[in-house]
Amino acid sequence: MNDQSMKAAMERGDGPMLAADGTPLKKSLARALRMQKIRALLLVAPLLIFVLLTFLAPIADMLFRSVENQIVSETLPGTTATLDDWEAGEGLPPEPVWRAFYFDLFLAAEAKEHTRLGSRLNYEFTGMSSLFRGAGRGIDDIGEDQAAAIIELDPRWEEGGFWHDLMSGTGDADVRFLDARRDRLERLTGDRYDGDIGFSPGAAVVDLLPLTARAYTDWALYTVLADGDAVIEVTPWEAVPVALFLDLRAADAAAVSGYDGPGRGDLFVAMLAARSSDPIDFRQSFIDLDEDFAIPTIWETIQTYSNRFTPGYFLNAVDLQLTPDGVSARDAGQRIYIVLFQRTMFMSLLITFSCILLGYPVAWILANLPMRVANMLMILVLLPFWTSLLVRTSAWKVMLQQQGVINDTLVWLGLVDDAARLVMINNQFGTIVAMTHILLPFMILPLYSVMQTIPPSYVRAAKSLGATNMTAFWRVYFPQSVPGIGAGSILVFILAIGYYITPEIVGGTKGVFISNRIAYHISASLNWGLGAALGTILLAAVLILYWAYDKVVGIDNVKLGG
Amino acid sequence: MTSAQTDDAFVEFDRVQKSYDGETLVVKDLNLTLPKGEFLTMLGPSGSGKTTCLMMLAGFETATHGDIRLGGKPINNIPPHKRGIGMVFQNYALFPHMTVAENLSFPLEVRKIGKDEREEKVQRALDMVQMGQFGGRRPAQLSGGQQQRIALARALVFEPELVLMDEPLGALDKQLREHMQFEITNLAHDLGLTTVYVTHDQTEALTMSDRVAVFDDGRIQQIAPPDTLYEEPGNSFVAQFIGENNTLEGVVTNMGADSCEVKLDSGDVIDAKPVNVSKAGERTRVSIRPERVEFNRDRLLSDAHTLKAHVKEFIYMGDIFRFRLSVAGNEDFIVKTRNAPDAVRLKAGQEIEIGWLAQDCRALDA
Ligand SMILES: Nc1ncnc2c1ncn2[C@@H]1O[C@H](COP(=O)(O)OP(=O)(O)OP(=O)(O)O)[C@@H](O)[C@H]1O
Ligand SMILES: [Mg+2]
Repeated sequence: MNDQSMKAAMERGDGPMLAADGTPLKKSLARALRMQKIRALLLVAPLLIFVLLTFLAPIADMLFRSVENQIVSETLPGTTATLDDWEAGEGLPPEPVWRAFYFDLFLAAEAKEHTRLGSRLNYEFTGMSSLFRGAGRGIDDIGEDQAAAIIELDPRWEEGGFWHDLMSGTGDADVRFLDARRDRLERLTGDRYDGDIGFSPGAAVVDLLPLTARAYTDWALYTVLADGDAVIEVTPWEAVPVALFLDLRAADAAAVSGYDGPGRGDLFVAMLAARSSDPIDFRQSFIDLDEDFAIPTIWETIQTYSNRFTPGYFLNAVDLQLTPDGVSARDAGQRIYIVLFQRTMFMSLLITFSCILLGYPVAWILANLPMRVANMLMILVLLPFWTSLLVRTSAWKVMLQQQGVINDTLVWLGLVDDAARLVMINNQFGTIVAMTHILLPFMILPLYSVMQTIPPSYVRAAKSLGATNMTAFWRVYFPQSVPGIGAGSILVFILAIGYYITPEIVGGTKGVFISNRIAYHISASLNWGLGAALGTILLAAVLILYWAYDKVVGIDNVKLGG
Repeated sequence: MTSAQTDDAFVEFDRVQKSYDGETLVVKDLNLTLPKGEFLTMLGPSGSGKTTCLMMLAGFETATHGDIRLGGKPINNIPPHKRGIGMVFQNYALFPHMTVAENLSFPLEVRKIGKDEREEKVQRALDMVQMGQFGGRRPAQLSGGQQQRIALARALVFEPELVLMDEPLGALDKQLREHMQFEITNLAHDLGLTTVYVTHDQTEALTMSDRVAVFDDGRIQQIAPPDTLYEEPGNSFVAQFIGENNTLEGVVTNMGADSCEVKLDSGDVIDAKPVNVSKAGERTRVSIRPERVEFNRDRLLSDAHTLKAHVKEFIYMGDIFRFRLSVAGNEDFIVKTRNAPDAVRLKAGQEIEIGWLAQDCRALDA
């Protein structure tokens, strides 16, 4: 289209509107706006990145942790796989489960990961922690006799070099097998298991002696990459001869005699020895180690928590538990969280309410005083922000305790008997008083800024229309200050519901909040999953309340100023 | 006290003074009597104390000194809500969280009037300001003029005997303002309201009021019906403030009964009507309305004094011609003539002679 016809088209009103340079107007407008948007985005980018990294990422991590449960399947992969076929309620699991458990636990104990798993499972079933710790110590002895039956055949079974040759075989190396074992160890320990270890399992050996190949490769990887030793110089750990014993008993005799790799003669002799020994009874061995292994619940718990994700933490957080039969209530003595949630809600509401009660008149006075005086008094309202939260809270301790200022004064005035001093701290009363004081500015500030925008002419108009002071206040002034109450309440309530330090210091046992429990799980019991679940529930509760507030009052009814 | 007396002095300010800070008097010695049914306008420059007077009457400010009486009774100690005074605020002060109908029914509710009667009165008040359809709206959903009407209806719905309005039309554009001026005066007359109206728009004051009180410096400078105020201003402030005005300064030389001679500072002598001067030798400022200046020698008395004038500008305004002259040292002397068929169109640079009837030129305070 040439200029002439373009102009004509525009004048006729058909075709798109064009900008001065001939591009369609819509497109050039979009381009102009895009530049603006990009510039605006660049301007806020530092803050945006900062917020994403420091605020949203931790929240996402918390949400993930509250359902994440990889530790069981990563520490005991064989056990959880074999447990799949086992129905809870059938008594104890069958022998293959115990055997898999032996190899899983052995590796975990060597890598010192079994105690972590013990602690994790201890949240679900008390006693698991000590059980795992004990088993980790005694596991070396399981299958001792049977391993000895092979080792004592020839001193070469104690030589690292001999084992190395035997397991390397002659044919092709099975690299995929080696990589699979690397993955296994990486998942177990969380460390990297890259690099050459001076060994790769022969494909024929893997075929012939699968358990041994697995145990030996695990050992080799661990010895070289974690301990820094050379494979040929060290005797493999106990699980390897045990695995060999099992393999040789299970193997096809013809295949063993037909094998032509290094050490084939020793292998054949060992097979004969293994077949003439008693089999290893893993179940009995573990029960001998610790009779608690005979409790079916142990195995049910492991099975229940073998999934990579679990609702268990959330159920715990609301005083339920996950059992093989489904979800059930916890024992009456262990139910603490629902009560704690209820208390947190109730006390936060009470604190919000007392903040409204105390803050409203203050804000009103501030809003109605001349600017100069109001600013002075505003400094007094903000003064608490200049001192540390800890100091303010501790000050309340001084005020409220039984030998404290208030009690002393009351006793001195004769209002309270010296023997019956009031208990005002380490209970809910103390928490409410201290938190009301600390959160009061968050109520006063939005109230003040909303009240400042209410012109005095409204109340005057109401009075000129015949309303008494009371009526003018309730029907005209108060409704217009409601947005301030809304904003202040949301602020105070949300702050209160997650408050931690003050209840911790003045709350005692009766006045603590759910956040104190979360802090306990994060820093003391190290049950981060449960802490995260509790935190997630708290977050959800706040969001739901916020949503409900929006439905009932309307979020556009919230004004933080202007 | 008989009712005739209270009707003549329905609202009374008796030597009222007001100070906010204890240092300056915002209202100095205010005396005012307002008969029942009168439409009184308080007119004055910004800061002259008009709102303060209104607020004292409504009860939101207390007089520092003096009495305010309503219907013969002092109201100093009656709280605002018992005074029964309807009030229209400058920014209307319609309650934003109530609908129009709720706004109107508010004064009735606080007076404990039954629901049916309330609804009827609200509807009547809305109809009265032609807003019958708008009962369900919020104030924010109305235009400025509509809000103004609602504010008026709300001030009237409880049938007060006295209505105060503080610059109620200040926020409206010129056309709407003129329309509302008309509606408010009509309403006030139809309902027989006693009204105190505050404005600093003199046209508004002149067209609406029975009487106008001109405020300046905390005092009433003159209180009179509009025509008197315009034609016979009592002092030079009023003359300047109301309408267009030419002033010349000089000294009284020859004092007569209803005419005197004034020797201007330029040396010229003119005829004037003595208003604020009593004897020869006093300094005076004479005031002549532009439309009363004559430059056709034939229309003046034979012995009238005339002044030489130099035409500086001719402004054509359609219905009138406006000339700016230089007269006796005053470079801004304005003359207006009607655009009649025989009207003379002076040209800039022309030298003419002007004069006036002695009674049109008022010798006021210096
Ligand atoms: N609340 C107050 N405190 C102190 N001084 C005040 C107060 N209200 C008014 N004033 C002063 O009193 C004087 C008169 O004010 P007022 O409001 O009565 O003027 P006005 O005639 O209504 O002016 P406008 O036409 O601008 O409304 C002004 O100088 C003003 O500064
Ligand atoms: Mg005013």
